[in-house]
Amino acid sequence: MADIAHPTRLESLAGRAIGATGVMLTPAPAAHRVVLRADPREAEALSKALGLELPAAPKTSARTDTGRLIAWLGPDEWLIIDENGDPAADLAKAAALHSAVDISHRNTAILVTGKGARATVQGGCPQNLSERAFPVGSASRTVLGKIEVVILRTGAEEFRVECWRSFADYAFGVLSEAAKDCLA
Amino acid sequence: MLLIHCPYCDDTLPELEFAYAGEAHIARPSDPSELSDEEWRDFLFIRSNARGVHAERWRHIHGCARYFNALRDTVSDKFLRTYKAGEPRPDTSVQEAVK
Repeated sequence: MADIAHPTRLESLAGRAIGATGVMLTPAPAAHRVVLRADPREAEALSKALGLELPAAPKTSARTDTGRLIAWLGPDEWLIIDENGDPAADLAKAAALHSAVDISHRNTAILVTGKGARATVQGGCPQNLSERAFPVGSASRTVLGKIEVVILRTGAEEFRVECWRSFADYAFGVLSEAAKDCLA
Repeated sequence: MLLIHCPYCDDTLPELEFAYAGEAHIARPSDPSELSDEEWRDFLFIRSNARGVHAERWRHIHGCARYFNALRDTVSDKFLRTYKAGEPRPDTSVQEAVK
C-alpha cells in the first residue's frame, strides 16, 4: 500500500532571524489568534470567560502571566494572542453575544528587540512610537510601509509586529532595511 | 502629512491610516421608490462641493476601522474638528472658519 504523505506546515518566516547592531528581528513562535467583536456592554462576561479584562481604552492592551495578550483594536474589536491555550474555546463558554474568528494562520508576527527597536519599527510606521505617545503596553493597528499591521509594545525595547502571513516577507524586508541604520 | 484626530481613538494620527469617504450628513431616502428620477439623481450624485468649510466622512481604516465625520476647510486643507458618526454637524461656520 502506498504511504500517505503528511505535509508539514512551515512558519512563513521559519529560520529567518536578523541581528544588526542594536536590534534583533525574530519570527514569533506560533500562537492562537482570535479577533473578537462584541458590544462593549458584553465585555464583562467575555472578560470572565477569557480570564482577562478586555481593555476598554484606545490603543491599550492587557496580558496575563501565562502570556495571553489582548489588544484593543477598535471600540468593539479586540485581538487575542495566546501561545498556549485556545481563546476561541474559552469564548465558546461565554453566553454573551459575540463573534470570535480564529486568525491563527492568517497572521504571523515579528519580534523586534534591542536598543534600536523603536527606530527600526518607526522606519516604516508613520505613528509616533516614542515612549510618551506609545508607552509599554500600547497596541495599535496601523501601517508599516505599504501594509497594515498591529504593533504592540511589549517592553521599553521590545515590539511585536503582527502582520498577515502573506505579507510577512515584505514586513521582514522593511524591518531589516530599517534595522541596518536604526542607531544612525 | 496631514494629522487627523480620530474621535474614537481620541488621538491625532497620520493621514495614512485614514480613508476619505465622501460628503457627510447625506441621509438615504427612506423610500427610494417614491422619488422622482431627478430626486434620486440628486441623492446619488449631486454634492455641495463647498469652497471653505466642508463636512465629510472619513474612515480610520488602518486603525479602529470606524467611520466618523470631519469639518475641513477645503481652501486651507485644515481640519477644524472631527466628531463621531451620528452626532450633528457642529456649528463652526463663524468662529473657526475665519482663522
